Amino acid sequence: MPAAPLLQIATRYLAPILAVLSLLVLYRGHNLPGGGFIGGLLLAAAILLVAIAEGWDVVNKKLPVDPLTLLTLGLGIALLSGLPSLFFGQPYLTGQWLPGLELPIIGKVKLGTPIVFDLGVYFAVTGFTLKCANAFAEES
Amino acid sequence: MIWTLAPILIPLTSALLAMAARGHPHMVRAIGVTGAILLCGAGFGLLWAVENQGVIVLQAGNWPAPVGISLVADLLSALMVTITGIISLAVAIYSLRDVNRNLLKSHYFALFHFLLLGVNGAFLTGDLFNLFVWFEVMLLSSFVLITMEGKRQQLEGGVKYLVINLVASALFLSGIGILYGKLGTLNMADIALRLANTPDAFLINSSSILLLVAFAIKAGMFPFFFWLPASYHTPQVAISALFAGLLTKVGVYALIRSYTLLFNSQFAVMQDVLIVLAGATMITGVFGAATQFEIRKILSFHIVSQIGYMIMGLAIGSALALAAAVFYILHHIIVKTNLFLVGGLIMRKCGTSDLARTGGLYKWAPGLALLFFIPAFSLGGIPPLSGFWAKFSVIQAGLEAEHYALVAAALLVGVLTLYSMIKIWAEAFLKAKPMDSRAPAENAPGPNLHWTLVVPCVILALLTVWIGLAGAPLLNLALATSEQLLNPEIYIEAVLNPPIAHYEK
Repeated sequence: MPAAPLLQIATRYLAPILAVLSLLVLYRGHNLPGGGFIGGLLLAAAILLVAIAEGWDVVNKKLPVDPLTLLTLGLGIALLSGLPSLFFGQPYLTGQWLPGLELPIIGKVKLGTPIVFDLGVYFAVTGFTLKCANAFAEES
Repeated sequence: MIWTLAPILIPLTSALLAMAARGHPHMVRAIGVTGAILLCGAGFGLLWAVENQGVIVLQAGNWPAPVGISLVADLLSALMVTITGIISLAVAIYSLRDVNRNLLKSHYFALFHFLLLGVNGAFLTGDLFNLFVWFEVMLLSSFVLITMEGKRQQLEGGVKYLVINLVASALFLSGIGILYGKLGTLNMADIALRLANTPDAFLINSSSILLLVAFAIKAGMFPFFFWLPASYHTPQVAISALFAGLLTKVGVYALIRSYTLLFNSQFAVMQDVLIVLAGATMITGVFGAATQFEIRKILSFHIVSQIGYMIMGLAIGSALALAAAVFYILHHIIVKTNLFLVGGLIMRKCGTSDLARTGGLYKWAPGLALLFFIPAFSLGGIPPLSGFWAKFSVIQAGLEAEHYALVAAALLVGVLTLYSMIKIWAEAFLKAKPMDSRAPAENAPGPNLHWTLVVPCVILALLTVWIGLAGAPLLNLALATSEQLLNPEIYIEAVLNPPIAHYEK
């Protein structure tokens, strides 16, 4: 199915921007509006844009993992992110933080298990959205 | 602490592993059954821990109580989690042969464990909104399980199931919304505490009725039970057995929690409503069953009537009545799952689920007859099986509280239950098999039953007999549970004022 050329060109610019934006939203999510859920939706939107412009075949060929595996992986990461706290005798899912880092350009960076949890949500939401959209696309 | 977590993490891990291993039949089966074995063990571990340490509270993420989500295991939760483990193990083994190979290879065990995740989460959570989330986890996985094969009948049953349950979810959410808007908290212990100190009758009654209707739909109570017999006979036997055992009982559990904890202070206001609903549920369920001629439809209607007994225990509200309700739930989960599983065996042997066309099983398969006899007559309340003690204690509690009309209804329903069971017995086992020239394949006995199909039924039947003959420990446990339920301060105290040491780390 030949898609509109305008959409194809726009996608070439928009999809990477959306993908990068999704990572930004994911990272800042712990303290500011955003997080894994919104990030995941943005990433899925970027991929869906490609799917609409170029067709699902292209997307399926380019995606490194199948959406359902991504969903499983995401839930698995979220599950595991709660475990480290158990080693410190704290309740499940208690946030464990690395000492703050000072990096050039980016500034202060705080890394910890809540970000890992959000990363799991990010993958799970992306995988789920893609799987649903894919199922509907196959049907019609 | 680890014991409150295990019943949630084990099914989640098993579900994820089963999803990752999809397409490898042996691995998926191994994961499915191992997960169920571990869950069963974790259930007993939790029960043991709660018996020794009292109410166990886990503040997820170390957020203190009214702020974060608490996981709370008191005796009621622990008992429910334990029985869920037992049922999941029995059904997982039964599924190995019963469930269609293609489903088994793809997502059956993943959804099976997601369902258990929802069930256990609902039993353990101490947060009202979190309870809603677990209900949704349960609803989604059960809807897919019903419609998995994609047969017309299943889609029809599944859509009815989904629509009515979504209505229930909407009502539940509205009830939560009202409570949260007025009280500013979602923690169940905190809500109970604040409701006890509020004079706002509108707030309490409106939210309490919304929650009552939502849970009544989930539990299959009168007048909201119609979705249950419309959908439970459509999926494969193992799936419907799992649903029959566990799903409606989560609704009953939520009702018990509502009226012993959340709205405990206003229990007297709702008591009459509950009594009427309990009686009506018992009677409509049993009459519905009397008119049916399809094995699983009869059994489905009996779920409804038996739910009535549990609600009767809750409605009377005395120590003995609550203990009876808890005992009834435990007995019923075992017996009802077993009846569905044995019903599946009958269908295999006769090639049909229509009682008019079954028959001759007493001659073909005397062992199966015994296997059916035990749960069926336990459901009917014949001594010394578990159902007798369950009915006996509910009725004794009713007599002590002088609810004679309710007791009369309970006795009548007991007799009619027996009638239904005798009907299945007479049609499937005693009478000779009617020879059908249109379906000659059905005229000979079906294939021999594989051990994976029989063993779960035998184990559950033995449990029924054991509860009947030596049920005293379980009854004592039920009495201890009702003691805890009647003193909600224990629960509230454990959640809101944990020992300081908990936070110091």
